[in-house]
Amino acid sequence: MMTYKLSLSRALFISYVVLVLLFLIVPVLIVIPMSFSDSRFLSFPPTGYSIRWYDAFFNNPAWMSAARTSLTVALATMLIATPVGVAAAYAIHCSSHWSMRYLKIVLLLPLIVPIIIVAAGVFFIYAFAGMLHTIPGLVMADVMLALPYVVTAVTAGLHGFDQTQEMVARSLGMNRFRSFMLVTMPQIKPSIVTGAIFAFIQALDETMVALFIAGGQNQTLTVRMFTALRDEIDPTIAAISTLLTAASFALVMLMTMVRQRPYA
Amino acid sequence: MKSTALAEHNALGNSRDASLRYRRREHMLMFILMSPAVLIVFLLLIVPLAWLIIQSFYVGDGVSLEHYRRIFTERVYWNTFLLTFRISFVVTLLAFLMGYPLAYAATVLPKRWAIVILAIVILPFWTSVLVRAYAWLILLQRSGVVNEALMGVGLTSAPLSLVHNELGTIIATVHILLPFMVLPLYATMQKIPRDLLMAGASLGASPLHVFRWVFFPLSLSGVLAGVTLVFVLCLGFYITPELMGGGRTVMASMLVSRNIQLYSDWGAASAVSVVLLMCVLVIFYVVSRLISLERILGTK
Repeated sequence: MMTYKLSLSRALFISYVVLVLLFLIVPVLIVIPMSFSDSRFLSFPPTGYSIRWYDAFFNNPAWMSAARTSLTVALATMLIATPVGVAAAYAIHCSSHWSMRYLKIVLLLPLIVPIIIVAAGVFFIYAFAGMLHTIPGLVMADVMLALPYVVTAVTAGLHGFDQTQEMVARSLGMNRFRSFMLVTMPQIKPSIVTGAIFAFIQALDETMVALFIAGGQNQTLTVRMFTALRDEIDPTIAAISTLLTAASFALVMLMTMVRQRPYA
Repeated sequence: MKSTALAEHNALGNSRDASLRYRRREHMLMFILMSPAVLIVFLLLIVPLAWLIIQSFYVGDGVSLEHYRRIFTERVYWNTFLLTFRISFVVTLLAFLMGYPLAYAATVLPKRWAIVILAIVILPFWTSVLVRAYAWLILLQRSGVVNEALMGVGLTSAPLSLVHNELGTIIATVHILLPFMVLPLYATMQKIPRDLLMAGASLGASPLHVFRWVFFPLSLSGVLAGVTLVFVLCLGFYITPELMGGGRTVMASMLVSRNIQLYSDWGAASAVSVVLLMCVLVIFYVVSRLISLERILGTK
């Protein structure tokens, strides 16, 4: 009797967990069949399949220009945020100065301050500096938002690294920069790659700040998607969503592969 | 004899000077390495925040508390903040009720199941918020899958309005914030020693008793981290309520954006921002007395 009751509660528990998992995964997956639908209507399951919504995306100059802007911004963000973040993480890790604790919190601020307030603030500064609707403006805002992720990932990597190795290299006459590049960096590479990918995805996904500061020639993909979702929904969004999901999935796979070969 | 002692003394002094100089140079170098990152955050976040705070005290050219008075006396503002807190509270509660069992399952089930659970938790984490909002619009619309299923089993005869209202906002927000609940919970549960649970069981406690008196209390710091993170993130949510709320579910963040984009009323927008920011900072401050900030943000 006792075991029966136990296994019943176990079965209830497992089915609850499965339900929650379905709640998490179904909305992510349902977008994929929708994107291959052959009709305008969002009926599920689709009445027939086609690739017309991918055509609609790739043959629409406005969507393509937005995609180009987003990719350019994401790539530039990654290229700037990674070295800046690595330098900051290195300083946080090596320095024993009392102020570092506070500077570290400053670098976490972009995560703490609600994003709408960040967006309003950046909008104001850019309006003042004439940087609204520009690529460098978008890049700098995304770099700021990506910094906490890069710094966190790289600091974690440095924690697992034996700092004396770098000192040995320096005592043998290498200068600091060379010893970092040749001794330390190869060993914390997985965490740097993780940080870089985080920066890229965050810039690609960023919507809130871009809603305020993107525009004119430089509309991002997410801003166009947001407007399309608010005004009129058609399966083109499903096609873009599928592509975006596939892209981040591929990047996560890449990250896992790098993680599994720690000294690659 | 004496001269060597003196030389030694001088050498010691020199080396102390040298090490002091070295330390100073070391600090200098670290500050230089730190400066680009700090400069970016300073220019794009701290300066505008300071400006927002100053701006919130200005009406026209004069200093006044008018914007704050309006927030605390006018119904529109009050209702918005009440709604924001109510939605955040409900979302946090739901995320906890769904997230705790998930994290628990990932902790106690065999490893391969744990990997499946964590993969499913993390995958939505990596998909754009817009993608997920779109998916929920499809699922919850009047002729959507959920409504058809509900009518199919006869739970309702006419389609329910599940979206373009507060309910739709809550469902999609829970979906987006659930990983932020599960991950800190899982990190904490992982560290609970299994020996303690076995000790409890060997002393004759039933599994439920062990859970209630051993496992659950030890997981509380993770609960605090997850609950804080979800609540605070929800307070500042914008995109999901804007898309799922159908224009009627106005949260604090939307008040900020409307004041700027529709009315160009920077004073009002600033005051709402400052109140919202204060709420977030106070919550973070209070909780950081109990557990470290890095743990709440999942950066450690």
